[in-house]
Amino acid sequence: MILYALTFASACFGLGLLVTLWRLVTGPSQADRILALDTMVINFIALMVLYGIWQGTQIYFEAAMLIAMVGFVSTVAFCRFILRGDIIE
Amino acid sequence: MDQDLTLISEILVAAFLVIGGVFSLVSSIGMMRLRTLMQRLHAPTKSTTLGVGGVLIGSMLYSLLIREALSFHELLITLFLFMTAPITANFIAKTYMQDKIHKDELPDTGRDYGWAVYDDPPMPGTPRDPELPEER
Repeated sequence: MILYALTFASACFGLGLLVTLWRLVTGPSQADRILALDTMVINFIALMVLYGIWQGTQIYFEAAMLIAMVGFVSTVAFCRFILRGDIIE
Repeated sequence: MDQDLTLISEILVAAFLVIGGVFSLVSSIGMMRLRTLMQRLHAPTKSTTLGVGGVLIGSMLYSLLIREALSFHELLITLFLFMTAPITANFIAKTYMQDKIHKDELPDTGRDYGWAVYDDPPMPGTPRDPELPEER
């Protein structure tokens, strides 16, 4: 039963990734693209956690944590760059 | 008896995973259908808090009930996402404001300095009234 739920959840998050990719490509403003990238990172974290449950190891949680940190920093850096023209003033 | 317990815990884990997946679908529909960015900022909060949260609770229950080992990594990821989501939303809204919203459309801030997006912050120390007493 868990396998079915894992498949369903993976399909949902994969679909979410596709939709946000579409938003990343077509998004009218720069802020839309940053938002789409941020949401893609979050969906990818969920996919990694699901893969970790499926494989039964703990390693993927560490990787998901790292990706969460890198995603946050990159979103803030993009926004700072557009807002101020510089990342660290 | 033992088999019943395994079945119940499997149902619980599967329910949390399915809830997470459904909320991520809701978030992607919002990403697709909402019109302006300020509305669209609202959509990914579903997949951050409830989608990823549901999956992580499912994962914790799975390792606790079925593999019988307590794991705290998921809690760390949830905490980190909950702490960073408002900050990223604030930054994205500021980027959008600088790009699309003019300064005159916004209400007055009610302070000496204006909106942080358009005006520089008041610098400490530089333009200071000489009449005032010295700072310690």
